[in-house]
Amino acid sequence: MKFLRNQFDKVKHNFEKGGKLEKYYYAYEALETFAFSPNTVNGEKGAQIRDAVDLKRLMMTVIIAMIPCLLFGIWNVGHQHFLAIGEPGAALADKIWIGSIKVLPIVIVSYAVGLGVEFVFATIRRHPVNEGYLVTGMLIPLVLPPDIPLWQVAIATIFAVIIGKEAFGGTGMNVLNVALTARAFLYFAYPSDISGDVWTYFGDASPVAGFSGATPLSIGASSLTTGENVLNSLNQFGAGWADGIYSFSNLFIGAMPGSIGETSTLMCLIGGLILVATGVGSWKIILSVFAGSYFMAFGLNLIGANEFMLMPAHYHLVIGGLAFGAVFMATDPVTAAQTESGKWIYGFLIGVLTIIIRVFNPAYPEGVMLAILLMNVFAPLIDYYVVSANKKRRLKRATV
Amino acid sequence: MGKFIRIKKGFNINLAGKAAPKVTPVEHSDTYAVKPTDFQGMYLPKVLVKEGDTVKAGTPLFHDKRHTNVVHVAPVSGEVVEVKRGEKRKLLEIRILADKQVDYQSFKKYSTSDIASLSVDEAKKAMLEGGVWPNIVQRPFGFIADPEAKPKAIHVSAFDTHPLAPDYSILFKGQDQYFQVGLDILKKFTSGNVHVNVHTTSEISSVFSQTKGVELNKFSGPHPAGCVGVQIHHIDPINKGDVVWTLNPFGVIQIGKLFLNGVHDASRLIALVGSEVKDPQYYKTYTGASIKNLIKDKLTNDHVRIVSGNVLTGTRVGQDGYVGFFDNYVTVIPEGDYYEFLGWIAPSASKVSFHRAFGLFSFLNGNKEFKVDSNTHGEPRAFVQTGVFERVTPMDILPTYLLKSILAEDVDEMEELGIYEVIEEDLALCEFVDVSKHNVQQILRDGIELLQNS
Repeated sequence: MKFLRNQFDKVKHNFEKGGKLEKYYYAYEALETFAFSPNTVNGEKGAQIRDAVDLKRLMMTVIIAMIPCLLFGIWNVGHQHFLAIGEPGAALADKIWIGSIKVLPIVIVSYAVGLGVEFVFATIRRHPVNEGYLVTGMLIPLVLPPDIPLWQVAIATIFAVIIGKEAFGGTGMNVLNVALTARAFLYFAYPSDISGDVWTYFGDASPVAGFSGATPLSIGASSLTTGENVLNSLNQFGAGWADGIYSFSNLFIGAMPGSIGETSTLMCLIGGLILVATGVGSWKIILSVFAGSYFMAFGLNLIGANEFMLMPAHYHLVIGGLAFGAVFMATDPVTAAQTESGKWIYGFLIGVLTIIIRVFNPAYPEGVMLAILLMNVFAPLIDYYVVSANKKRRLKRATV
Repeated sequence: MGKFIRIKKGFNINLAGKAAPKVTPVEHSDTYAVKPTDFQGMYLPKVLVKEGDTVKAGTPLFHDKRHTNVVHVAPVSGEVVEVKRGEKRKLLEIRILADKQVDYQSFKKYSTSDIASLSVDEAKKAMLEGGVWPNIVQRPFGFIADPEAKPKAIHVSAFDTHPLAPDYSILFKGQDQYFQVGLDILKKFTSGNVHVNVHTTSEISSVFSQTKGVELNKFSGPHPAGCVGVQIHHIDPINKGDVVWTLNPFGVIQIGKLFLNGVHDASRLIALVGSEVKDPQYYKTYTGASIKNLIKDKLTNDHVRIVSGNVLTGTRVGQDGYVGFFDNYVTVIPEGDYYEFLGWIAPSASKVSFHRAFGLFSFLNGNKEFKVDSNTHGEPRAFVQTGVFERVTPMDILPTYLLKSILAEDVDEMEELGIYEVIEEDLALCEFVDVSKHNVQQILRDGIELLQNS
C-alpha cells in the first residue's frame, strides 16, 4: 500500500492551501480518507485519545445491515419475473442473473449521480464530503420498483440530494429523509412508473394466464369497493400461477412483488438485528413503529366498519414497506427525533399514521413513506417538548 | 449520613500501563515550574518575581490581577531562572532552579485546639498567604474560588475513575491527620455540608473513611462517577446563582499541612503510567516537577505523547514540560501520526471503542487492557449519531442540545440546559465517544467564556 500512499503524498500539495487545485481540496480529501484513515492527532488539551469509530464506519455498518435485503431483493426480482411469465421452475442462477441486470444498474446510477452531486457541492460550498450518502445511495434503489427507468432514478437522486439535503446545509442538517424524498419525488412526478402494475419485471416475455399485479395493499384498498373479505382475497390470490403467494408466511419471507428491497420482512428484521446489536440504529424507534402500527391496526379491527379495517392486525406488519421503513428509514438519526423519550413517541406515531393512511386513504396505498416524511417534519417539535421538560425539571429544582 | 448513589451510565476505558503499588523517590528535579495556564479563568497574571531572584517554598510568584490576594507560590526553594512568555506576552510558566534541600518559608502554626476556634477570616488569610488557596476550584465554571464567595457546599472527590488513574489509598497514605484538619478548616467556609465522596468497588482508604464532621457519600459505577461535577449533580445540584467549591484530596491535605506544620508543602506522589512506560509506578516529588527528570530512562521508545494528567482531560506537555498543578499522574501513550490503509473499515480487536459498529470488537473483551494512541481515528463531521452522549453522561443533562446551544451562542438556552453544572471533565467522555470528532471540551469552555462575557 506504500505505492498508493506515495501517490497521494505526491499530489497532496496541489490541493492544500496555496496549491493550484486548492478548490478541489475536499474532493481530494474524500478520496484520500477513503483509502487511508488520516494521520491527524488530537489537540494539546482535552481528549488525547479517541474512540476508534468514525462516521464512515458507522455508515458502513448500516450498509452491511442492508445487504440481506439487497441480496434477497436481487433474487426476488428474478423470482417474480419467472413466476409472472409462467416459468416457476427456472434455475436459481437465472433468477439471480435477471435480478442483477435489473437491480445493479439502479444501484450504480444512484451512487454515481448522488456522489457526483455531493462532490460538486463539497467543492462549491467548501465543506467535507459527508459519508451520509453511502447509506442513502443504497436506500434509494431498495425502495424503487425493479422496472423504474434509470433516468428517473438519476433525476430523483439529484432532486433529493439538492432539495432534500444540500439546501438545508448538507448532511446532519436535513429535515427530511433523503432516500424517501427521492421516492416521494418519483411518486408525485411520475406516478405511472411507481404505482399500479409496476412491481414485476417482464422484459420481452408476456405474463402468464391469470396474472395480476395487485399487491396486498391494493387488494386491501379494493376491498372497500368490492366488500370482499381481505384475508380470503389474499389467500386465493395467485391461484394457478403462484399459489399462496400472499399467505402470511410468504408475506413474511417476502417472495412477492414489490420494491426491490422492501418485500421481505424477514430480511428487514435481520438488518434490524444488525443495527440494534451494533447500536447504530435505535431499537426504541424500530420497536415503537411496529408497536404503533399494531396498536392502530388492532384498534381498527375492533371498530371493524369495513373489510380493510377487519384485516388481521398482524398482516399490516408484513405487507408493504412497513418493516423496511421501520428498520432503515425511521431510524435515520438526523431526521428522527433526537431525544431518547422523543424516539418512542416518534416511532409510535409513524406506526399509527402508516395504518391510518393505508386504511383511510386508499389513494396512497403505501402509507409508511408518507408517515415517515410527516413525522420527520414533526420530530423537532417532539424534541422541543422533551427538551422543555428537561429545562423545567432544572428550573423547578432552583426554586426549592 | 451520606448518600449511596449508583451510577449506571458511563464507560471505563481500560488502558495498558497501570501503576504498580510501589513508591520510588525520584532524583530531585533540576527545575520546577508553576504554570498559570493550569488554572481556568486566570486573568492577566501579574508576576511578582524577576529572573535571578531566590525564592523559598511558599514565596509568592504571581497573582491574578482581579484577585490580588490569591497568590500562587513556589513549590520548592531555589532561583527563578526563567519567566516564560508566549504570544502577546502571555505568561506561560515560571521556572525555578531548585536547591538540593527545600528551604521553607515559615507561616504561623496552629494546634488542633487553635484550629477549632479559628475564625473564617483568619483561616482565609492564612490560606491565601500560604499559597494553598488555588487548590479550591469553584463551580460553576471551574475557576479558582473567589475568596469573598459563600459556597453552599464543598465537595471532595476521593477517587478517580479516569483511565489509568492512580489509587488514592497509595497517593494519600498516612495523611489522615492533615486531611481531617483540612476539612475542619474548609467546614468554616460553608453553612452547608462538606461532602467526601468515595467509591464502593475498592477498599476505602482510612484517610477518607475515618473523617469526622463531613458527609461521606458512596458511589458505584463506571467513569465519570469520579468526576466531582457528576457527584454534585446527584448529591446537591448546582442551580443558577449557586456557588460550590471542589477540591482534590491533595489540596485538602496541603491546607492541613499549612496549618499544622506552618509550611507550604508541595511534596506529593506522582504516578507515571501508560503503555509506553517501563515499570509504571509512583514517584515521590513536588508539584510542578519537570517531565524530563521524571521520565528519564523510563520510556520504551521516543515516539510518544506525554500527557500531564489523564488521557481524557489532560494536557500534552512534551519532554521539556512540567507536571500540571492539579495532576497526580503523567500518562505516556504512543503518538498516532500515521496513516492507516482502509482504517475506517478494517476490523480490529486492538482498538478500543465504546461503540459496537462493524469491525470493532473491544466490547467483547471487557477486561483486556488496550494500547491506545493519539490518532483521531477519523475526521470532523456534522452531528449525525444521536443518543450516544447521553449514554456516557450520568446526569439529567442533554449534552447534544447543550453543545448546539453553545455553537449557536444562545446564552439563555445554555443556562436553561444546565451549563452551570458541568465543566470539561464531566463531558470529556462525550469527546472520546463522539463519532463526528467534535472538540466537546473546547466547545464547552467557549460557552462558559461566552456566558462570562455576556
